[in-house]
Order: sequence, then C-alpha cells, then structure tokens
Amino acid sequence: MSKVLAVLEQRDGKLRKVSFEVITAARRLGDADAVVCDATDREACAAALAARAKSGGYRAVVFSATATGRDLAPRVAAKLGVAVVADLTDVVADGNGFLVTRPVYAGKALLKVKVTAQPAVLSLRPNVFTPDAAASSVKPETLPVTAGGRVKVREVKAAPAGTLDVAEAQVIISGGRGLKEPANFKVLEELAHAFGGRAAVGASRAVVDAGWRAHADQVGQTGKTVSPSLYIAVGISGAIQHLAGMRTSKVIVAINKDKDAPIFKIADYGVVGDLFEIVPKLTEEIRKLHG
Amino acid sequence: MKIAVCIKRVPDSETRVKVAADGKSLDEAGVKFVMNPYDEFAVEEALRRKEKAGAGEVAVLCLGPAAAQETIRTALAMGADRGILLQADKMPADSFEVAKLIAAELKSTSWDLILFGRMAIDDYNHQVGTLVAELLGLPSVSAVSHLEIEGATGVAEREIEGGIEVVEFPLPAVVTADKGLNEPRYPALKGIMAAKKKPLEVKPVQAGSGTLEVVALTPPAERKEGRIVGEGAAAVGELVRLLREEAKVL
Ligand SMILES: Cc1cc2nc3c(=O)[nH]c(=O)nc-3n(C[C@H](O)[C@H](O)[C@H](O)COP(=O)(O)OP(=O)(O)OC[C@H]3O[C@@H](n4cnc5c(N)ncnc54)[C@H](O)[C@@H]3O)c2cc1C
Ligand SMILES: Nc1ncnc2c1ncn2[C@@H]1O[C@H](COP(=O)(O)O)[C@@H](O)[C@H]1O
Repeated sequence: MSKVLAVLEQRDGKLRKVSFEVITAARRLGDADAVVCDATDREACAAALAARAKSGGYRAVVFSATATGRDLAPRVAAKLGVAVVADLTDVVADGNGFLVTRPVYAGKALLKVKVTAQPAVLSLRPNVFTPDAAASSVKPETLPVTAGGRVKVREVKAAPAGTLDVAEAQVIISGGRGLKEPANFKVLEELAHAFGGRAAVGASRAVVDAGWRAHADQVGQTGKTVSPSLYIAVGISGAIQHLAGMRTSKVIVAINKDKDAPIFKIADYGVVGDLFEIVPKLTEEIRKLHG
Repeated sequence: MKIAVCIKRVPDSETRVKVAADGKSLDEAGVKFVMNPYDEFAVEEALRRKEKAGAGEVAVLCLGPAAAQETIRTALAMGADRGILLQADKMPADSFEVAKLIAAELKSTSWDLILFGRMAIDDYNHQVGTLVAELLGLPSVSAVSHLEIEGATGVAEREIEGGIEVVEFPLPAVVTADKGLNEPRYPALKGIMAAKKKPLEVKPVQAGSGTLEVVALTPPAERKEGRIVGEGAAAVGELVRLLREEAKVL
C-alpha cells in the first residue's frame, strides 16, 4: 500500500478536530503516518515537514485547509516543487495519482482535477470529511524542528474563553442587517447558548462592515467558508457572496420577514416573519430539548 | 520603498457560472471581469506604504490574457506607478506554474515588499503568494489583516480559528492581504486620466502544464428543494419537529 503523510494540528497540547478529519481521509488513501510539528517557527516547521515528505517516500502529504494549514501547505509544496491541491472536498486514488474535487467560483462550480505530482500536496476543506471511530486514537509523531526561521509567531491573542469559532462550530446562527442594531445580536447569542457550547454566532458582511460584529465572524466570499450540520440565517437576504460561504452546510434554516428573499431558495426550512418574535420562541424550544 | 503587487483578473463575484462547451472551463460570454477583491487590499496597502515613506515605487504585475491590461489600468488609476502584463492566452491550472512565471519576473529587482491577495476568488487556491516567496527565498506571511512596519521589521496579524496570531518577520518579505487590512480607495477621475499615460509593459510568456490536469468543471450538486415551514412564531414548533425528526440535527 502506498504511504501517505498526514499533517495534524495541535493546540494547547490537544489534537484539533480537523486532525481527525485529516487522519481519516489520509487512511483512505493509503498507509498513513501521522505527524505534528510546532508551527511557531513557520519556516522551521515547513522545512521539517518537507524533509520528512522527501525522505519518507510518500505518495501524498495531507493538510487541513485551516489558517495554519493554508500557510504551511504552500511552503512545503514549493520545497517539493509542486502546487497545493487546496481546499478539496473529495479525493480518491486514481492510477498513478489522485482524482480531486474542489469547489471554485465561490462554490458555484466544482472542479475535478487529476493530480500526478509526486508526492501530491493536498489540503482538505475543514468540516467536510467525517472522522471515523478509529481516528480519535491516533498517536502522531512529533517532528523535531531546527529553530532559525525568519517568520515567528510572537503571540496568539485568543478569543475570550468559551467563544467557539464559526469555522469550527457544528451549529451556526448568523445575523444580518435584519437585526437592526448591534445590541440585538443578544437574541442570537441566547439561541447559540441554548445549543450548549456547540453553536457560534456568525454574521453577514453588511453587519461586519458596519462594525457591529468582528470580521472573524463573517461568513461568505470575503469571510469564512463553513459547513456546519445546521446553519440558521437570521435577517440575512442571501446575497450570492454570502451563499458562497455557507451553501455546503448540511441543513440550512432561514428566518426572514421577506418571503421573496433569495436565502429561501437554498434553505431547507424557512420561516417567514419577524425575527424578534421567531428567534426567542426558537430559543425557548431548543432549551426545552437540551433541558 | 519599492513595492510590487501581484493582481489577478477574475470574474466578478456576481457572475452566474456557466460551463463552456469543453466541459472543463467557464463560459466567458457576458462575464464581467474585475481585479480580484483581495488584490485591491494589496494595492491599497502598497500605496499607503509608499505615501507614508514619502518616496518609492509601486509596480503591479499580472499574469493573464491581453484583456488583463484593463485590470492593470485599474490599479494604475488607484495610484500605482507602472504595470507589467505577463501575457499568456491559456492560464495554467497548476499554481506552481503561475508562481514560477511571477517569481521569474520579480527576481530581477530588489523589492522591499511584495504583496498578493490571500486568495483569488475564482480558483480559491490560497497559495500563489506563499509559493512565490519560497521560490524567491523570501520570508512570507499569509492572510494578513493588520500590518505594521518599523524599519526592516514587520509585525502582521492574521486571523486563526478562535483568535489572532501575531507574526514577526524581517523585510524584504512577501505578504498576502486579507479583508480588514485597509479600505481600498476608488480610482478618482483624475487617477483614471493619469493611468492612461503610465507605463504598461507587455511581455509574452508561455506557462508549463504542471502536474494538474483539469478533468471537468460541473455545477454543484443541487440542494434539494426546501420549503417554507410557516409564518411567525407559530411555525417554530413545526420547525423544531422537522429539525429533529426529518433533518436529525437536533
Ligand atoms: C466582492 C464582494 C464580496 C462580498 N463578500 C461577502 C461576504 O463574505 N459575506 C457576506 O455576507 N456578504 C458579502 N458581500 C456583500 C453581499 O453582496 C451583501 O451586500 C450582504 O451579504 C448583505 O448582508 P445582509 O443580508 O445582512 O443585508 P441585507 O441584504 O440588507 O438583508 C437584510 C435582510 O433582513 C431581512 N429583515 C429585515 N428586518 C427583519 C426582521 N425584523 N425579521 C426578519 N428579517 C428581517 C430583510 O428582509 C433582508 O432580507 C460581498 C460583496 C462583494 C461585492
Ligand atoms: N495570474 C495571476 N497574475 C498575478 N497575480 C496572481 C495571479 N494568480 C494569482 N495571483 C496572486 O496570488 C494571489 C492568490 O491567488 P491563488 O493562490 O490563485 O488563490 C492572488 O490574490 C494574486 O495576488
């Protein structure tokens, strides 16, 4: 069986969820070796990964397309003289290479490419591959890095404890201009809270540009691309650039007072009406479910 | 400060995607092309850096078809000093081939800063800037939403999941721009007039085919037809029931 290098991510000494996605996908492609490396010194980490990829006889190197993965993968790829096949949503071995599917044009089309690079450098769109049961017991090898790189992470300003990033949440409740003013996002935060730590509050660009919400929360073409199990769009019209970031969500719910809003075209379930009446009621119901 | 900015000509974000007859590419008929939005942040950043330094040069570089001259003119109208078009009729699907052509052109000048967009909104590749940095042996930071430069040291902030990473690096360097870096200016009429007289050099290039072969471009899987559950707070009970029993997400 061919060998595959799975590059996992750790934070505070713990493997992140995307790591289980990476190992699951990598094992489907071949005999996977799992590694982690300290990315504080970016160049040193990339050098260590590239050296391992070269010497190990791997057919593929698999990353997750997270903020760190997107920065590391092209560094490693360039050292191997190939491109990254980035943000893919499907990959299968095919003869001497891989057949990969990746969304392009903001998810308005899917590009299928045959990759013949040896090794192929692949990055997986987060939240697309479902980790299998065996993934959680993976024990990655820590690659030693030789310090001396020029690019160094000096500090990580963590978001306040308890806030979940939209890119990692299983449930996202996003608000748009329909919320009327920043303080009203409290209704969405209460709903997110009712989901008990699984939900994050997202935002449309309109409210990020207005300064109501942080850019980190923005979903869409110039924000984050998310694929949660449940996406609830509240007071969001559903502009094509917003859909670009959330159309691959498993289930989409839209709450909007305009029955002709484009968001209803891609929503699995829609409720027409005033969000200020609907959302508190929904929060109440979800609370009941979760006791 | 000598700054180079790499800009890409891409279909406008409103474009309705139609697959061409070859089944592998975008049907360009009726498509409006614009400068990649992330590259606007890069151009703006370059102009501000030059303005702050009070001297220097901002050159824009684009690999694209002849029509990409228009994209370069937009950057010149914003205030860039000169443009270079690496003219190729067929764009390689392989980003490494794109990076090699760009790096070969940038190599001959010693830039203080080379700016890119975080990603192109057509191919979503997220990599050309970092690849070029590696090819040129320069330090790089990607997806930067805040940038400070003191002398020959840069400090960049980039968004990561659940926080912000502060990264230190020496200049000369490659930086790729994310939204939030700045608010790009609109070209003023005066700028548009001036842009017509600014130098724009056209150099024909031939891209290698690389290790990626496009097999097909297809429309995404249709989402199955959704439905309106009802109106107002009265519909919430039914919505919750459907989410539990049908969608099984609660
Ligand atoms: C290059 C480019 C990139 C972009 N990138 C992004 C991106 O990443 N993400 C993004 O979101 N947008 C992006 N946009 C902007 C996008 O085009 C839209 O302008 C934006 O998404 C609109 O935000 P909105 O839905 O909150 O506001 P609006 O379009 O104003 O919609 C507000 C909605 O709220 C509803 N509403 C009002 N009051 C109530 C109420 N009481 N109860 C229920 N519903 C109510 C209204 O019916 C309306 O549908 C981008 C645009 C461009 C050109
Ligand atoms: N053909 C091109 N010409 C000039 N710059 C490009 C080209 N393709 C990509 N870039 C630059 O690389 C960035 C990232 O693109 P990509 O890796 O394709 O997502 C873009 O925002 C541009 O700054």
